Amino acid sequence: MSENGIIQGEFFMNGDEACAEGAISAGCRFFAGYPITPATEVAERMSSRLPEVGGTYIQMEDEIASMNAILGASWAGVKAMTATSGPGFSLMMENLGLGVMLETPCVLVDVQRAGPSTGLPTAVGQGDMMQARWGSHGTYEIIAIVPNSPQEMFDLTITAFNLSEKYRVPVLIMSDEVVGHMSEKVVLRQTAPEELVERPRPTVPPEKYLPFQADEGLVPPMALAGEGYHFHATGLTHDERGYPAMNAAAQDRLARRLVDKIRLNKKDIIQYEEAWVDDAEVVVCAYGITARVARHAVQMARSEGIRAGMLRLITVWPFPEEHIRELAQKVRTFLVPEINYGQIVLEVERCACGEANTVLLPHMGGGVHHPQDILKAIKEAIQ
Amino acid sequence: MKSRGIKLEEKRTLHKRKEIRISGFGGQGVVLSGEIVGKAASIYDKGFATLTQSYGPEARGGSCTAEVVISDEPISYPYVVNPEVVIILAQEAYHKYANNLSEGTLVIIDPDLVKPDPSHKPKSLSVPVTHMAREMGRPVVANIIMLGFLAAVSDLVSEGALKKSIMSSVPEGTQEFNLKAFEVGRKYGMEHGRTARQGTPG
Repeated sequence: MSENGIIQGEFFMNGDEACAEGAISAGCRFFAGYPITPATEVAERMSSRLPEVGGTYIQMEDEIASMNAILGASWAGVKAMTATSGPGFSLMMENLGLGVMLETPCVLVDVQRAGPSTGLPTAVGQGDMMQARWGSHGTYEIIAIVPNSPQEMFDLTITAFNLSEKYRVPVLIMSDEVVGHMSEKVVLRQTAPEELVERPRPTVPPEKYLPFQADEGLVPPMALAGEGYHFHATGLTHDERGYPAMNAAAQDRLARRLVDKIRLNKKDIIQYEEAWVDDAEVVVCAYGITARVARHAVQMARSEGIRAGMLRLITVWPFPEEHIRELAQKVRTFLVPEINYGQIVLEVERCACGEANTVLLPHMGGGVHHPQDILKAIKEAIQ
Repeated sequence: MKSRGIKLEEKRTLHKRKEIRISGFGGQGVVLSGEIVGKAASIYDKGFATLTQSYGPEARGGSCTAEVVISDEPISYPYVVNPEVVIILAQEAYHKYANNLSEGTLVIIDPDLVKPDPSHKPKSLSVPVTHMAREMGRPVVANIIMLGFLAAVSDLVSEGALKKSIMSSVPEGTQEFNLKAFEVGRKYGMEHGRTARQGTPG
C-alpha cells in the first residue's frame, strides 16, 4: 500500500473487489448503496476501504436513496459511486434520470443476474442492457460500458469515472455475476493525475456564472455546493440559470444538448475489440462474459478453418453503429449470443440495415452459453 | 477524437488449458483451496488462472465446488471442460463429478468421506486428509494437506508457488502450521501417491 492508501501490486481477486479498487484509484471517495447479490462484494470492499482513504461509505435504506445520495455527494464535489443488481437497478432508474437532468458525474455499477424480478439472485444474466439505455423516462443519452474480467472491472471503472466527469453524465458499468464473482490476477495501481479527468469548473466569477450554460463542447462548467457560486438545480426543465422554464423552446434546447453532448462525442467514448474480422463471413458480436465464451468458440472455428470473426463491444451505449454498418458491408452474418432473449441483437440488426443477416443466440440466464453451442451456430450461419 | 478499436491477438490454435475441479461441502475449505491454486498459478507461477466457484446458500454447508483454469495465455472460457485433476471431498460430489472423465484425469478422494464406485473410470487416488488433519489437532487444515498431496502427484502448479500462495492466503499466525500441514500431505503423496495411482480403486 502506498502512503495515500491506494493499493498497488498484483492480487488474485474477484471482479467486484477489483471494481471497488478501481473506483478508489480513480478518486471515488463516496459510496452509498444497499447490498444485493451479486454486487454485495463491491459494497463490502468499499465499506472497509473508503475509511482508509478518507472517504465515506453509507449503507442506505434502499436503492432509491442510494442513487440520490451519490448525486448529492457529487454536487458537493466528491466522486461517488453505487453498485447494485437487477432489482436495485430498477429502483435507481428514476433518480438516474435526475442525474442525467442535473448533469451529475457519478458511476452506477450493475452486476447483472437473471431476471425478471427476483429471478436467480446468485446466477448470471445480461437482461438489463436495454434498461440501461431506456430505463429512465424522457429523452436522454447515457454511457454504458461492459467489463469482461476482474482486471477490466478495475480499469474500466477508472474509465467510467473519467467519462462521467468529462461529460457530466452518470456512467453505467454493466457487469454480470460471472465477471463480478470470478477471480483472476488483477494489477492494482495508482492512477496518475494526468490520467484522471476532472469535471469542467467555472472560470468566471460567481456573479457571472450560469450553471447550465455550455460552450460548443456542450458540457457546462460545474460549480460545487459551498464554493460561493449560486445555482439552482431542479429536475424540471430549466434554462441556463437552472431555473424552471416551462416551455417547448427551453425543453428543446436542454434535451437536445443532453443528448448531443454524448451523441456528437461518440468517437471519443466508444471502445471495442475485434479479431479475425478482415476475412470473416460470420462475425460473432458479444459483450461481457459472453464475449469470452464467444472468443473461445471463434478460436475453435478458426482452428477448423472456418472464417469466423469476433467483435467484442466494450462500450454498449452509445452504440457503435458506424462500425457495425461498416462491417455489415463485408460480412454475411452477425451472430449475437447474449444472456437474454434478444436485446443488443436489435441494435446490431438496426445497424446492419439488411446488408448482413443478424442471428440471435439467446440464453435465458442462470449460466453462460456453451462454446460448442456458439460454434454450432457459427457453422449453421456459414451454410 | 479517436476511435478506439483494439485489435485482439489472432491465434488459431487453442491454447493448452490445465483445469482442476475441487468439490465437497461448505466449510471444508474448497473455495480457499481454489483461491490458493489460482493465486499460485497466476501470481507466483506467472501464468494465467481463472477461479469460478459455486455461489449461493449451498456454499455454506451444502455442496460446494471451485473450478480453476490455468494457462500460459489469457483464458477465454472460464469453466472447466476437461479437468486434469478432480478433488472430491463428499459423496454427493463424487456422484456428480467422478464419472465420465477422460482417461488421463487424476481423481483424488478422501476415503473417509467418499466411497468410490469400482466401475468408475479412471480410478481414484485416496488420501485421508480429514483424518490426518484431526491427527494434527486442527481439522481445518485438511484442505492444505490436500494441496500438499496435489503438489506431490501433479504438476498443475509448482510446489514453491503453492507454498507462497498458502503463506499469503491463510490467517496471520497460522502460516507455520499450514506449511506443516502442506508438508504432511506432500510426504504422503510422495510415499503413496504414485503407487496408488496404478493401484486398486479407493
